[in-house]
Amino acid sequence: MSIESFFQTLVFGLFVGGIYGIAAMGLALVFGVLKMLNIAHGELVMLGGYVSFWVFQAYGMDPFVSLAIVIPTLFLLGLALDRAVYRHIIRLHGEEKIKNSLLVSFGLTLVLQNLAQWLFTADERSIQVSYAGDGLNLMGVTMPYTRLGSLLIALLVTLALNYFLHRTYPGKAILATAEDFEAAELAGININRVYMMTFALGAALASIAGTFVTVTYGLTPSIGVIWTLKALIVIVLAGTGSILGAFPAGILLGVVEALSGAFIDATYRETIGLVIFLLVLILRPQGLFVRSG
Amino acid sequence: MAKFLDIHHLNASYGDLPALWDISLHVNEGEIVALIGPNGAGKTTLLRTIAGLHATASGSVQLGDTPLHARPAYQIVEQGVILVPEGRKLFGGLTVLDNLELGAYTKRAREARFKTLRHVFELFPILAERQKLPANTMSGGQQQMLAIGRALMGLPRLLMLDEPSLGLAPLIVQDIFEIIKLMNERGVTIFLVEQNARQALELAHRAYILEQGKVVGTGTGRELLHNNEVRQAYLGFAPVTG
Repeated sequence: MSIESFFQTLVFGLFVGGIYGIAAMGLALVFGVLKMLNIAHGELVMLGGYVSFWVFQAYGMDPFVSLAIVIPTLFLLGLALDRAVYRHIIRLHGEEKIKNSLLVSFGLTLVLQNLAQWLFTADERSIQVSYAGDGLNLMGVTMPYTRLGSLLIALLVTLALNYFLHRTYPGKAILATAEDFEAAELAGININRVYMMTFALGAALASIAGTFVTVTYGLTPSIGVIWTLKALIVIVLAGTGSILGAFPAGILLGVVEALSGAFIDATYRETIGLVIFLLVLILRPQGLFVRSG
Repeated sequence: MAKFLDIHHLNASYGDLPALWDISLHVNEGEIVALIGPNGAGKTTLLRTIAGLHATASGSVQLGDTPLHARPAYQIVEQGVILVPEGRKLFGGLTVLDNLELGAYTKRAREARFKTLRHVFELFPILAERQKLPANTMSGGQQQMLAIGRALMGLPRLLMLDEPSLGLAPLIVQDIFEIIKLMNERGVTIFLVEQNARQALELAHRAYILEQGKVVGTGTGRELLHNNEVRQAYLGFAPVTG
């Protein structure tokens, strides 16, 4: 393999990894604060993709611009889902909470998937912007603008989330609730509100990932499962307590998948991700990037 | 003196198991009131119920004219009733300063937080020194100071402390009790739960004794220190024989 194609593979791994990272941060946030695994997270990625697609279809709005519509839309959907569904599970304890959250979010996965199929049909959709084929060429390595833009925004969003969580009162209230919800209540924090905002924020992050998927790959109602799985692998890599650590972990997974696809065999790229997942669980169950979130 | 915290016929339970039976007690404004009793008597449950972490089955909790029962915990904090919980419950991964700032989360406390922070740093200089470090890197005594400091950041009118001396070295316990006394002199009403009955009774103006979820005795700190039953049960004196 030539040095160019090595770097080309690496760069594409970075691009995919940025999307993994954004999707996983949303899942990690909800997991860390609400203490439940939202299996329907991938479906929020999918729905975000569809909102972006239809705004593009209807108004020709550039997907990077229409994030200003997509993000609030999924944020509101997140608020509604918390109110209607998740709020009733959060206050359960122990085994009851684990079982109910898995069952309910799995059920929601099926509902949202079928709803999307009914509304949008099973046809594969994607956004073809006018500059879809263009890109930077750095010493033989191609970087399409769509992917470069996605990675850049992913990075900015991560920095913004870092600032929000560590430097603002509402952000610190989220971290405090993640650490100890009773202590948060005793500090005067309305934790039901924190849960609701956190879930909505998770949905908003999912919608950003969904937009990038629609711009760079393609969209069908059934992509959600894959994205939940990827995000789950990433948060295990990052360490389940680490919210922001999910971003570097996502990049890592993207790069490892891309390189193993190129060097071993394209059919094994998914397998390698799962092998790493198992190795981390066995050898370093606390995760690779703990305490960075 | 006006009744400040007023608890009337309060009942609470864990599922079907009653934990508090018909509790009536009060704390006057400006007082230090201690609650002593054996393990499992319901002392912690009582504080958690007042703070809104545990549901009231029946009865009432009033602060002045404001009913506190059936309110969520954060609204009780807004009324100035603040609990330093058993085991401290710090935000261990966050810095000392973050912990203190979160203590001033309510609107009322947030507006005054820079001024309050200076006071807290005066009381506990060690917290100023360690402000950038994660809370869980500090010693037990320092963590207790942070827990109290965090509560003070909320501008308490009634400060409730659950076993503040638990697991601490005697010298540090002295410090903590000094601080509690000082806070009281500055106008904070104190409701204190303690295993360390002698120190609690020496400090408190009045005290209640809780056994098996019921109030079984009350008196001034001095009266209880000299009461024979209390001396035998809680202060380690041998029964008088013959």
